[in-house]
This record gives sequence, C-alpha cells and structure tokens, in this order.
Amino acid sequence: MLFKLSFRNMRRSMRDYAIYFFTLIVGVSIFYVFNAVGDQTVTLELSESQNEVIKLLNTAISGVSVFVAFVLALLIVYASRFLMKRRNQEFALYMLLGMSKGEISGILLLETVLVGIASMVTGLVLGIGLSQLMSALVVNLFEADMSSYRFMVSGKSAAMTVLYFAVMYLVVMVLNSAAVTRMQLINLMQSGKKSEKIRLKNPVLCVLIFVISAVALGVAYYQVGWNYNKLNQNTLLVYIIIGVVTTFFIFWSVSGLLLRIIMSMKNTYHRGLNAFTFRQISSSVNTMVFSMTVICLMLFVTICALTSAFSIRNAMNSNLEELCRVDAQILFVSEESTSDIYEDYGYDITEDYRDYTELSVYGDEAFTMKESLGAKYEEAQNAYPFMIFDGREDVVGISEYNNLRKLYGQEPLSLSEDEYIVISDFDAIKKVRDSALEDGSTITVFGKELKSKYDECVDGYITIGAQPLNTGVFIVPDSVLPENEVQYTFFVGNYNGDTKEELAQIEEAQRNIFEKISTDWIAVQTDASGASINTKIDIYDSAIGLGAIVAFLGLYIGMVFLVACGAILALKELSEHVDSLPRYEMLRKIGVEEKDITHSIFRQVGIFFLLPLVLAIIHSVFGMKFSVQVLEIFGTDGIAKSIGLTSVILAFIYGGYFIVTFLTCKGDSSDRM
Amino acid sequence: MELLKVAQIEKYYGNKSSLTKAIDDISFLVEKGEFVAIMGASGSGKTTLLNCISTIDRVTSGHIYLEGADVTSLKGKALNHFRREKLGFIFQDFNLLDTLTAYENIALALSIQKKPANAIRAAVENVARQLDITDVLNKYPYQMSGGQKQRVASARAIITNPSLVLADEPTGALDSKSSKMLLERFGYLNRECGATIMMVTHDTFSASYASRVIFIKDGKIYHEITRGADNRKAFFDKIIDVVTLLGGDVSDAV
Repeated sequence: MLFKLSFRNMRRSMRDYAIYFFTLIVGVSIFYVFNAVGDQTVTLELSESQNEVIKLLNTAISGVSVFVAFVLALLIVYASRFLMKRRNQEFALYMLLGMSKGEISGILLLETVLVGIASMVTGLVLGIGLSQLMSALVVNLFEADMSSYRFMVSGKSAAMTVLYFAVMYLVVMVLNSAAVTRMQLINLMQSGKKSEKIRLKNPVLCVLIFVISAVALGVAYYQVGWNYNKLNQNTLLVYIIIGVVTTFFIFWSVSGLLLRIIMSMKNTYHRGLNAFTFRQISSSVNTMVFSMTVICLMLFVTICALTSAFSIRNAMNSNLEELCRVDAQILFVSEESTSDIYEDYGYDITEDYRDYTELSVYGDEAFTMKESLGAKYEEAQNAYPFMIFDGREDVVGISEYNNLRKLYGQEPLSLSEDEYIVISDFDAIKKVRDSALEDGSTITVFGKELKSKYDECVDGYITIGAQPLNTGVFIVPDSVLPENEVQYTFFVGNYNGDTKEELAQIEEAQRNIFEKISTDWIAVQTDASGASINTKIDIYDSAIGLGAIVAFLGLYIGMVFLVACGAILALKELSEHVDSLPRYEMLRKIGVEEKDITHSIFRQVGIFFLLPLVLAIIHSVFGMKFSVQVLEIFGTDGIAKSIGLTSVILAFIYGGYFIVTFLTCKGDSSDRM
Repeated sequence: MELLKVAQIEKYYGNKSSLTKAIDDISFLVEKGEFVAIMGASGSGKTTLLNCISTIDRVTSGHIYLEGADVTSLKGKALNHFRREKLGFIFQDFNLLDTLTAYENIALALSIQKKPANAIRAAVENVARQLDITDVLNKYPYQMSGGQKQRVASARAIITNPSLVLADEPTGALDSKSSKMLLERFGYLNRECGATIMMVTHDTFSASYASRVIFIKDGKIYHEITRGADNRKAFFDKIIDVVTLLGGDVSDAV
C-alpha cells in the first residue's frame, strides 16, 4: 500500500520532480564521465609520459570529486527539502487520516529510493554514452591515435558514482525523516494559507545601499583589476570579502530600486501587464536574496574557472611551437662545454645530432639586476617586492648567441663594440627592463662600459620551454668576455632523425647517456653543481598534459556549478509559478490575451535567470582582468577563444535550464484553462 | 433598449449514460440599465448560467446575444477582446492580485486595454470616489477588509465602462454591514452611472437591491418578479414569498 502511494505520488508530482530528476541524472552522468576518463584511455595508445599525465589527471579528478560530491549533496538536500515543503498540505491530510509519522517517513523513504534508483540507472546509461565522446576529446587533447579505440564501460567509475550518490541519498533520507519527526499538524495545515505580505523596502534606503554597494564594488574592482601590483594575499582576501558582501546587498536593493524606477515611469508601468510582471519579479527576487548571491558567486567562479582553464590550455599549445624550436638542450653548470664533458666519458655527442651549437653563459659578480636596472631599481622593487634583484645577470657573447638564433631559425643580431642588447620574453619583467632601457642606461660589465643598442628588450630566449619565462639575458660583444667567468654551458641541437619513431628512439638513447654521464660527473665535482636535459618531446607531453588536466578540472567543476545554479533557480521559479497560477487564471477571466501572459512569464523567468548572470559577468570581467595578470606566465593569446568556449557551455547548461523552466511554467499555466 | 438576449440555451454535463442538464432551455432578456438578480438554490444552475454569459463556459445549444452580437460564436482573440471591452467581473472571492496595490489592481483593467497612464489616473480616482475607496488606493489586498476588497474588485469591473457587469455571489464572503454597503454602491452605480448589472446570489437580502429577480430551479426559469414601484422592504417580502415556494416542495418531502 505504502509502495503504491509512493509510486503514485512520484508520478503525480512528476512536474515538480522533472527538474529535480533531470538535475540528478545530469549530476550522475557528469560524475561518471569524469571519473571514467582514466579507464577510458586505457585502450588508447599513449606514450609513457602521457600515461603519467593521465594518472595525475585521475588523481586530481578523484580529489575534486569529493568536492563535487559535496556540492551535489548540498544541491540534492536543498532540492528535496524544497520539494517536501511544497507537499505540506498532503502530509497534513495523511496525518489527519491517521497515518503515523513513521509511515509518512516510510513513504518519503520509498520515494527517495525510487527516485534514486531511477536517476542512477538513467544517469549511468547517459554517462556511459557520453564518456565515449569524452574519449574522443581525450584523443584530440593528447593528439593520440583513435584506431585502437573500442567501446568501454568503467566499472570503477560506475561503482564510485553509485557509492557517492548512495551516500547522498542516504543523507537526504535521514534529513527527511528528521524533518518528518519535527512536523506539527497545525503548522502543516496552515502552511498554504499564509497571506503574502508585500513590503516595499524603503526606496531611499534601497538607493543608498545600492549606491554604497556599487561604489564599494567599484573600488574593489579597481584595486584588483588595475592596482594589482599592490595586492598581497591579505588585501586580496579583503577585496574578495567586499565583493561577496556587496553582491548580497546589491541583490537586496536591486529589486526595490528597479521597481521604484519603473513605477516612476508611469507610462511604462501602466502599460499592459507591466505592473503585474514587475511586481512578480520583485517579490521573487526579494524572497531569495541569499540564494541569488550564492548563485551569482558560483556563476562567477564557473566563468573564471572555465575561461582560465581553456586559455591556459590554448596558450600552452600555441606557445610550444614558438618556444620550443629544437629537439634537445643539455645544460651543465661548468666551465667545460657539454661536448667536452661527454668526450671525457668516451661519447661523441655530435653523432646523434643533425645540427647543433654550444653556448657559454657568463656572469659578473658585480653585475646584478639591481645594477642593470640603474635608476629604475627602486620602482621595480616596489612593483615586485618578491623578486630577487641580487642575482648575477646572464651574459652571452654575440657570436655564440647568433649561432643559437640561426639554429632557432631567427634572424641574427648585430652589435658594435660598445653596445649591448637585452633579450627577454617574460612580459612582466620585460616591462621593467624596457623602462630602464628607455632612459638609455649604460651598464658596466667585466669592467667595460656598454650602452644599450635598443630602447627596449629584443624578444628572444635561450632555454626552450613551454612558457615564455626568459627574464633577461645580456648579449655583449665577444671582446668583453673574460676567460674564466663562465657560469654554465648549453648544448643545443636537433636529433638526426625524421620520423616520430626515430626521434623517440634517439631521445631515449640520449636520455640514458645523459643520466649516466651527469651522475658520474656530478659525483666528482667539488663545488655545488648540476646538469639537466630538456627535450622537445618531454616539454610537449607535459605541456599538453598539464593543459589537458587544467581543462578537464575546469570543465568538471564548471559544469557541476552550472547545473547546481540552474537547478536552484529553476526549482525556485517553478514553485513561485505554481503559487501564482490563480493570478493567471484571474488575468484570463478579465480578458488578458494568452500572448500577453506568455510574454509576462517569459520576462519573469528571463529576468530571474539574467540578474545573477549579469552581475556574475560584471564580476568576471574584472576578475579575469586580474586572472590575466596571474596567468601571464602561460601567455594569454587565446583569451577570446576561451571566452567564446565558456559562453557556449554557459549558454548550453544555464540556457537549457532557463528554457525548460519557461516551457514548464507556460505549460503549467495553460493547462489550467 | 435590449442589451442581453439569452435564447433557448442548454448546457449538459457528462455523457449519454449519465447526463446532467445544468441549464435546460432558458431564455430571457435584459434591458440596458437594469439591475438583475438571479436566485436559486445551490445546484440550480445559476453559476453555470453566469459562466455561459461571461464566456468562461460554453453552451451546448442556444445563443446569447450581447448588443446584438452572438457571444457563443466567439473564439480565441475575439473572446479575450470581448471580455476585456464588454464585460466587468466581480467574484465571490474578490480575485484581486495580492502583489498589486488597490490602485494598480483597478488600473490593470485599463492598462491591458493599452490606455495611456494619465487617462488611467483620472479614471481610477473617479471610480474610487464613486465606490468610496479613495483612502485605500495605496494599500495591498492583505491590508484591507473584505468589504473594501470587494469594492476594489467592483471598481476594477466597472472602470472600463463595460456593457454588462457580472457579479457572482459578490456578498458571499462579506459580513452583513459590508454587504449592505456594497449593495448600496451597486444601486448607486446602476442608478447614477447607468451600469447594467447581473448578479447571481442565493441571498434574499442581496437580491432585494435589484430591479428584477429571476428564479432558477433545476436548470429552468421558475419565476420572475419585478420591483416596479415597491420600496426595497416590500420587494424583499415578495422575494421571500417566492423563495418559500421555491424551497417548498423540498421541505414537503422531508
């Protein structure tokens, strides 16, 4: 009997449950898809280092999953409590008919189990389908081979999904039962009859609070977006708190403010259903200031996370071609050149390379960054309090550097005997150096005075890598360089191979030789010493891998947040709408056209969804301005593309919830006719 | 002048096996400027009759003409237009929008006709004076008494100068003092403003304010009396007599 009742209840309230159910399914499938990424890629032929990356990705996703599960759990608890409140009259009837609280709990328990099982099964089926698409995405990200791919199901991920969601549903059941025990018949019966009190907030206060909030927010924006050099962790935290608090107060005051403004425009206010529509919006915004704030902040985090993740990934890939123009680079902290060291151990390094060059980097104890910046030192120190200005600057001879440029496929530089050039590609430091160079600063290096050839840095680098991180190298005439001030030496070259397989083979051999020599060599050094090898294959794999990890995690968190936001708004708006149904009926009776009612509903739902989004976007614009500074090391070229991609995802999920809500509301109100 | 003509209308509910004749061949005329009350016990079909005239419900057969136009043939947009321009509604449970002030509730009837805002203000103030609700115009429904709410609803019904005002048990949710005040206002609107009012009620006292009372029983017109030159008290006694007869056969059976 109880089962029958639960089942019928669930079917009857399908409309209320539809959004809830849909959200659960989406939650389950997202959870499965991301946790299945690891298993899903087993069938793909990935290189060793890519497999390492996948492992790392897996660990990261499992970690993030705990957080995601927490967010989903909060959402499910909120939604189920919300749906329960809507059924107070029903519970009152059960109690009046003599049903015990235990039996009511039983009904709810059964309902949760039914909904749980149904959503898990559907969600997993959907997830398994979607994860095949995800494999294609992985193939794309890792530029791997699709031919060995076959359909697969990740048992591990499915088990994890079932476990996590089972725990969530269990929590819901416990909380529901607790809520049932606290129910009072009298409260249940009166719950529907509360007459709605409409209090217009004091308009003067609204305007005041709105203006104060807007100004405070503006200040915070300015500090974070433009004045970021002066930020430290504490002040940043202060501005974030200001942002959160003002967001709350803006939602608190905006509905009153907007309503007042529109009411003062008599002609607009009394046109068609405008008066009705705006009153409806204002009352629904007023009742959920807090939720709006949370949703707005979640949207903000989502937009920033998605955009940053995509731009890091894009930038990584586009940087690589530019910044990694040779196959391998070996560094020894020694005055001896790499080829000489190799020879000492009986290897001819040149054998495996088609073309190569060697380069010695000098350093003058008296020539530090502090010296090279000259008068601009103070300014730079203020702007970058964490930077070390006491290290020796790297100095390279022009002829050796031009050899390197030739190898990198860049035009050679020329220099007269009393000039120097600074090469750099790390934007932040470059700016500082440029400002010093503009003043035509002269430097004294190895006892010789040199003047700058250009009034800015030349774009360039010595060390290959995934990001533009060259903070500056001084190119000087060969004659300036002394005999014995070499700090370290580079060997740079391209492997003697053509196909991917050949290159990989040589790479492995080279790495083995380097391991052996460098270990033996370091062991016999008296000073602190070191050696490193840097290869194109390695840099590519880890860069693509890092980009992929960031993109995956961004997508994962972003999508879950979007689903949560959409679901909360949809549930709220749908229930408000159910309360308003008699109003629409009344409007119809006095002859309002169906078209006008639909229009009014569209506006209500639209503004309701738009409000938090608009503020979140404004937040994001300034938030991203700050992020761009932080992300500078990765390069920020692809930002427009990333914003585009983010908008698509946002439009898809958030917009989807909007459309479903609108259609449900519209259907609801015309059913009554 | 003939305003409303109800010609042989029937309204059936259910199917062949269990047919309910809610209205069984009713015909009558309403002149412009009349105040007609329709009386009958519950289940007699009076609300169905009102719903058919107001186009909320459809007749099974027969025709209803308002100002010569057949309202039973109206559909879709024309139907909404008809309700908006020609009819004014007053309901038992007021049906005011609780999110709007009294002023906005009244203004709504005009604003959905796309009237300009300054014309609306003048009209609302005028009608508020007639119904004595000027001092509650800026209040919300929850801040008003039942009588005030019903007068606001009445103001909304008549502000558009409808051809016909339809009132379904307007005093049903009011105490006797508020009822009296509302009905006096109805009388005033009818006499002074020339509003044609058709009111459904089961309350003899309410009906005694009308100029004519139509009695309905089992979906048919049972009787009809006109006030003529009688004062309200005399008319009230006449109505009581008919009501006694109307309920008579039922109590005989008990």
